Amino acid sequence: MTLVDAVAISMFAGITLYAIFGGADFGSGVWDLTAGNAEKGGPLRRLIDHAIGPVWEANHVWLIFVLVFLWTGFPTAFAAMMRALGLPFWLAGLGIVLRGAGFAFRKFTRSLRWARVAGIVFAVSSLITPFFLGTIAGAVASGRVPVDERTGLWEPWLNPTSLLGGILAVLTATFLAGVFLAAKADQLQATDLADVVARRSLGVGLVVGAVAVLGIVPLAVDAETIFSGLTTAGAPLQVLSAVAGTTTLLALRNRRLRQARIAAVVAVGSVVVGWGVGQYPWALVDELSLDDAAASSPVLWGLTLATGLAALLVVPSLTALYVLADREPESA
Amino acid sequence: MNALAVVASDALLPARNQMALSLGWHIILACFGMTFPAMIFVVHRRGLRGDDDALELAKRWSKVAALLFAVGAVSGTILSLEMGLLWPGLMERFGDVVGLAFALEGISFFIEAIFIGMYVYGWGRLPGHLHSLTLLPVIAAGILGSFLVISVNAWMNAPTGFRIVNGEVVDIDPAAAILNDAVWLQYLHMYLAAVMVVGFVVAGVYALLLLRGQTGRIYRLGLIVPLAFACVATPLQPLVGHFAGQRIADDQPIKLAAIEGLVESEERASLEVGGLFIDGELRGSVEVPIPGLLSFLAQNDFDAPVVGLDAVPPDERPPVGIVHLAYTMMVGIGLSLVALVGWVAVQWLQARRRGETWTAGRRLLKAVVVAGPAAVVAMETGWITTEVGRQPWIVHGVLRTEDAVTDAPYIWVTLTTLIVVYAALSFAIVAVLASMSRRWAAGERELVVPYGPPEPLDTQNLQSRMTDLPS
Repeated sequence: MTLVDAVAISMFAGITLYAIFGGADFGSGVWDLTAGNAEKGGPLRRLIDHAIGPVWEANHVWLIFVLVFLWTGFPTAFAAMMRALGLPFWLAGLGIVLRGAGFAFRKFTRSLRWARVAGIVFAVSSLITPFFLGTIAGAVASGRVPVDERTGLWEPWLNPTSLLGGILAVLTATFLAGVFLAAKADQLQATDLADVVARRSLGVGLVVGAVAVLGIVPLAVDAETIFSGLTTAGAPLQVLSAVAGTTTLLALRNRRLRQARIAAVVAVGSVVVGWGVGQYPWALVDELSLDDAAASSPVLWGLTLATGLAALLVVPSLTALYVLADREPESA
Repeated sequence: MNALAVVASDALLPARNQMALSLGWHIILACFGMTFPAMIFVVHRRGLRGDDDALELAKRWSKVAALLFAVGAVSGTILSLEMGLLWPGLMERFGDVVGLAFALEGISFFIEAIFIGMYVYGWGRLPGHLHSLTLLPVIAAGILGSFLVISVNAWMNAPTGFRIVNGEVVDIDPAAAILNDAVWLQYLHMYLAAVMVVGFVVAGVYALLLLRGQTGRIYRLGLIVPLAFACVATPLQPLVGHFAGQRIADDQPIKLAAIEGLVESEERASLEVGGLFIDGELRGSVEVPIPGLLSFLAQNDFDAPVVGLDAVPPDERPPVGIVHLAYTMMVGIGLSLVALVGWVAVQWLQARRRGETWTAGRRLLKAVVVAGPAAVVAMETGWITTEVGRQPWIVHGVLRTEDAVTDAPYIWVTLTTLIVVYAALSFAIVAVLASMSRRWAAGERELVVPYGPPEPLDTQNLQSRMTDLPS
């Protein structure tokens, strides 16, 4: 493994963690959106507040981590993406701002009307960000981000692969969030709530599976390079994802929600890692290889050092935060 | 190529304004991230020694910090996107040179976000002593993270850690780029500014509450602790600023010329104070009657030459009017704040001599209320001075801003959107904080606040109401 590979792996680890934790976070917004009117949806919305409140901020630092690694380790790829995919990046950024604000202020507002406004902002913007980040992934994967050419505003990210990426991102986020929320409700002994969320998650999971299978068609036609990568080197990970996905569905059906949580993380994680493996050795598929995009070796060593520090400092403290957030206060 | 240049210049104005808005907005929240945890730590430790008012104050401040940090995390994410979306030419050429600073900053921000989460959620979940200690990583990460961000800005002022050979950036030394010549004084200047901003803003809020008739001890504590922080930082600031200015005289003489409104290079230059720079000359300023004072301030020598704007062609000069005005405002406000600190100190000493506890009188309280926004304006005008003063360069002497900007045709739209969104967010933040303050004053203790711990979840209630939910 070369130094370039090591940095690329670190970056992709960041993408995977963001897809899982940030994804579950965004997905909970979709649950919020579909929870029903103020009275019926109240318990589910309170559960969402309760579950993501302590951790959402840390979840989103992964995005900053990925961006910084991208522009430092692979500056030409970063600049090319920013030029070709400006619009989806702006829209994803807008979603991030509105979502943070909507989430914060909904909980605080005291009148139902404003709570509803803030809640709608929170929920709708939860859809926007994963969708547009998904289209960006699709654009890179289908080789639509050139290095030295101008592109139009739309075509790099309005195409079959990008749309598939956007839809899959929203669906998997919803699925993950559902599994996490069901497990949280179960932990709080709100069995009925856990039941409802688990049942619906099962439905979402079946849709995710169907879209993933049907998605093979546009991928094969529209993104040949990554398709061949996914079906060769990436194939074991696709199989793993399918197995873990099925396990999640079975665990959901049998209400073994802690198992479902682990299996869902494996299912989503292996899809994302599979994308990385399928795309290797390209930074921008068909346009720029990782080696050609990479910064010089002192910079890459610096990033490797930063990765080591992150593993040493961030991982244990993040774990402690998750444990703390899972614990109910003594005074309650 | 010509067509490209025209398109690029179209985006330059909105892109610069958008960056100014994003940074200028975020930096206020960043000041709170840098220094507020230290103030919370002081009152929390006091509270653990048996002062219940202090403990309650720490609890309230932790909720304020949670809100400000969360919004700051979001506006910080926007900034990291904007680095690429607005300035792809900068990131493409120098992203790797400055990237290590950002990567390490990302880690310290992570630590900050994680431990502030632990602190905010730690009430009732962690034992008191350990709980207060979760602030220490927040404080440390705030200091380190802001140092790294400032180091990137200082690098844009005094670029180092690379060579350019045939137009290619080579021999990159990321550590040298971080530890550039300008970083130390610039960082110290900013850290003191952050203490002043947070100290005066928080003290100003409590001064206002005291003026409006609040009498509780908790309000006096809320005034005194941040005011004490500000009183330590404020008198040091002009001194640090002076040495930072001497660095500018060496690194960026044209920026200094713009600051002083000095058109022609001269020896034994005198110091002109105030005035406006209009139509190529400084008007209405007052000359300090000490010959060669500017030369002395810049070079420690009354006879030393000081570089004027005429040393470079017009297309390498910044917009002097803005730079000079912003600088004048910063210094004027800064010195007024030093005078305010002097006033506080005299009163405090007098009270001490009489053996009384010091209480602030109404006139002083009013001055502290004004000092809050004034400190913010001083910091913002300071940033305008250094950023506009570096123009037309984005990386001093190496890369022009117009060559780094995006050619996207929609930056006016993103700028307008951001103005609307940030205006709404600013309003919401102030409204929420004011409402929290009113409810605390009314005696509510366990407030539900944005990003704070939720109300204890009533699972029985959840149960009963979920049963009628259709699946």
